[in-house]
Amino acid sequence: MNLTLKIWRQKNASDKGKMVDYKVDDISPDMSFLEMLDVLNEQLINKDDAPIAFDHDCREGICGMCSLYINGEAHGPDRGVTTCQLHMRMFNDGDTIYIEPFRASAFPVVKDLIVDRSSFDRIQHAGGFISVNTSGNTIDANAIPIEKHDADTAFEAATCIGCGACVASCKNSSAMLFVGAKVSQFALLPQGKVEATDRVLNMVKQMDEEGFGNCTNTGACEVECPKGISLENIARMNREYLKASLKG
Amino acid sequence: MALDSKIPEGPIADKWTNYKNHIDLVNPANKRNIDVIVVGTGLAGGSAAATLAELGYNVKAFCFQDSPRRAHSIAAQGGINAAKNYQGDGDSTYRLFYDTVKGGDYRSREANVYRLAEVSANIIDQCVAQGVPFAREYGGLLDNRSFGGVLVSRTFYAAGQTGQQLLLGAYSAMNRQIGRGKIKMYNRHEMLDVVKVDGKARGIITRNLITGEIERHSAHAVVLGTGGYGNVFFLSTNAMGSNVTAGWKAHKRGAYFANPCYTQIHPTCIPVSGDHQSKLTLMSESLRNDGRIWVPKHMKDVEAIKAGTLKPKDLAEADRDYYLERRYPAFGNLVPRDVASRAAKERCDAGYGVNATGEAVFLDFASAIQRYGKEQAHVKGLDENNADLVKKLGQDVVKNKYGNLFQMYEKIVDQDPYETPMMIYPAVHYTMGGVWVDYNLMTTVPGLYCIGEANFSDHGANRLGASALMQGLADGYFVLPYTIGDYLSDDIRTGPIATDSKEFEDAEKEVRERLEFFVNNNGSHSVDHFHKKLGKIMWNKVGMSRNIKGLTEAISEIKALREEFWKEVKVPGTNEEYNEELAKAGRVADFLELGELFAKDALNREESCGGHFREDSVELDGEQKGEAKRDDENFAYVSAWEYKGEPSDAVLHKEELEFKDIELKQRSYK
Repeated sequence: MNLTLKIWRQKNASDKGKMVDYKVDDISPDMSFLEMLDVLNEQLINKDDAPIAFDHDCREGICGMCSLYINGEAHGPDRGVTTCQLHMRMFNDGDTIYIEPFRASAFPVVKDLIVDRSSFDRIQHAGGFISVNTSGNTIDANAIPIEKHDADTAFEAATCIGCGACVASCKNSSAMLFVGAKVSQFALLPQGKVEATDRVLNMVKQMDEEGFGNCTNTGACEVECPKGISLENIARMNREYLKASLKG
Repeated sequence: MALDSKIPEGPIADKWTNYKNHIDLVNPANKRNIDVIVVGTGLAGGSAAATLAELGYNVKAFCFQDSPRRAHSIAAQGGINAAKNYQGDGDSTYRLFYDTVKGGDYRSREANVYRLAEVSANIIDQCVAQGVPFAREYGGLLDNRSFGGVLVSRTFYAAGQTGQQLLLGAYSAMNRQIGRGKIKMYNRHEMLDVVKVDGKARGIITRNLITGEIERHSAHAVVLGTGGYGNVFFLSTNAMGSNVTAGWKAHKRGAYFANPCYTQIHPTCIPVSGDHQSKLTLMSESLRNDGRIWVPKHMKDVEAIKAGTLKPKDLAEADRDYYLERRYPAFGNLVPRDVASRAAKERCDAGYGVNATGEAVFLDFASAIQRYGKEQAHVKGLDENNADLVKKLGQDVVKNKYGNLFQMYEKIVDQDPYETPMMIYPAVHYTMGGVWVDYNLMTTVPGLYCIGEANFSDHGANRLGASALMQGLADGYFVLPYTIGDYLSDDIRTGPIATDSKEFEDAEKEVRERLEFFVNNNGSHSVDHFHKKLGKIMWNKVGMSRNIKGLTEAISEIKALREEFWKEVKVPGTNEEYNEELAKAGRVADFLELGELFAKDALNREESCGGHFREDSVELDGEQKGEAKRDDENFAYVSAWEYKGEPSDAVLHKEELEFKDIELKQRSYK
């Protein structure tokens, strides 16, 4: 396949940035999207141009490092995948593809397609944990049975990879799906209930301070989420938040 | 320097307890005056950083990713072993210990492995307390599955994302300490050297990957939890950024490097599709609980399948060769990884590979779908003879167990594994070798520790499935926090370590010079060009099957490639910016040295053991004919290499392995 790429280039955080056109030829449909960018970068290096900076690591859809806003969608046109799992067979010969960074004021651009998602980490520092020491001197793992449905639902929430596609897709740049997933995971487990009140209040406070927008129930986050994290998690977080606020 | 493994005296079951009872401790007030650097935030580094901070030390943690949560432990799929015996199927600490030593082909240190088995049960308690959502049964208790090389069900799991859930557990424990200010986290920082002061590890030099800034960080001890070096093969299941640099710099500063040739080639990965490929994707060993591996019995069917005129699912049972079940009736599809990989290679080398490249075998779920479907139909009181219904019910069960893996496969290969068998082939996955450590997990450099996959200690020549997660967390949560205290108890009066000493200055200067060399070299080929070439040499000559001729050639080819790299590598941009090519250049430079030592180690070890298979060391007759042949008389030792400049000058030190509690014998899975 031969393709035209329109890619966001931005030297650093203070640079203004612009779209630049590139051409790549002989792209195999079996390549992943990032392997296609590898081909472009090899071309650029050989021509003494600066390669495109983009985040990536595991290249199997689990580390959450890769991002990219492709043709107006986080992680591109396929569903249930990250950019590294997006394959070129989703595109046609002769296509023009627009590639931009995830855009949100809480995710400032670092360079080209790389953004700074440390705001997500700071939300987790505020309460994304259970306060138990890691000494191992705790009760036996089977001492508290947990209903399979609750354990499975907690697991589904916990499969969030923290990539930020929800924020990038939301017209309000809201992080409610991301925060809701963590709040839900712990709210569904007996171990997490002990400090549920403080957790939700602290995490939501930090989320607001980071400059993420609010949720207006559009649901774009759920559609674009590569891991299929459910909107129910936002509803659960809202319930938890209300409960916690009433408790004071 | 003679190697001292510092194994405590006494019966094996009491060693760890006795050790803990007699080490020196640091009182809580003094811990506040002691700094520890942890490099890497995977299961080992992340759990160590969190625990050390909880104990009261000041921890500085470093990762090259944009968040500690992205370390490559996150990609571990199948599960974590623990001798809980929840299934009542005869498991025990001793049995886990025994299976691990046997699985490692009797090339690991007994005392370390016993300790690992001993603390394993505690890991599960710990993780559940942290909110790790392991798979459960309907009664609310934890579920288990089986992994290769064992006859019990001791593996705890969270669908095909166990590594993710455990890492997020360790990450949450870190977050709690970051929030309290006890861990200072440095994301997007790469360690480029270890700094020794008066013979002790006292700090590191890092590069901020965003700004290019070179920084000095000091501490009373340095811990490396920096993972494995499988990317020396270019193509592996490792993440793109996984590298050996931290371990290799430690090696250059005096840490011995042990058993570099022990590499795990994992039997079930998605086959290579073309030259563009940047990495390989694992399909979890847990799939071998339910999947059956086969190739056609007859060459005509192989050809028909390749030509597309025969669908694999239409080939009659009688015409299939379930070669693992045939060769290893006792363990069947659940033989250990090294055995399964060699068996796949044997069939493909004989011409029975089922894809265009001839390097693929089938992993088939049809019979599992049938079995589960019938069981579900029975439980639900539905018609067991309704084929469509049974298939649907069976697929639902399989989806529940392995859904994310099937989805990954479908996206990459563009085939539906619920309908047609998966095609798989072995790929580089894990490195059992690594930085040599003693019982305390300390390297041959005082104050420099190495944990998790980065060290060599627990898996011998072959790691059993679901044991990497166990080792990472055991080292970080339960072992290092004790052993490092014994060392740091001498440092309570030392005070902060200055970073303006000559040692720091010299180390920083070396780092800068190397970076400047790269950006000014203006060579003719990209870093990847050299990395791919290195990978090809490693895979073809130091891969699944090794011989003297190939290894000798590999050594000289890697040396020549390294020389060409230093002349011709091209790194665009500058040091003072985000520059991935520059970061990659440093990593590949280190792989080019490690690769040669790797081949040298493989040449030295004139026996077959675990993942190291020498064609000149096989059983020639009897029941085990054609299987790997170990040589305990001459090679029951750990090869620990001392750095002396060029890899060819490296000096071999031997740690003789003593087996007091397990009898050395032929590893049979027949």
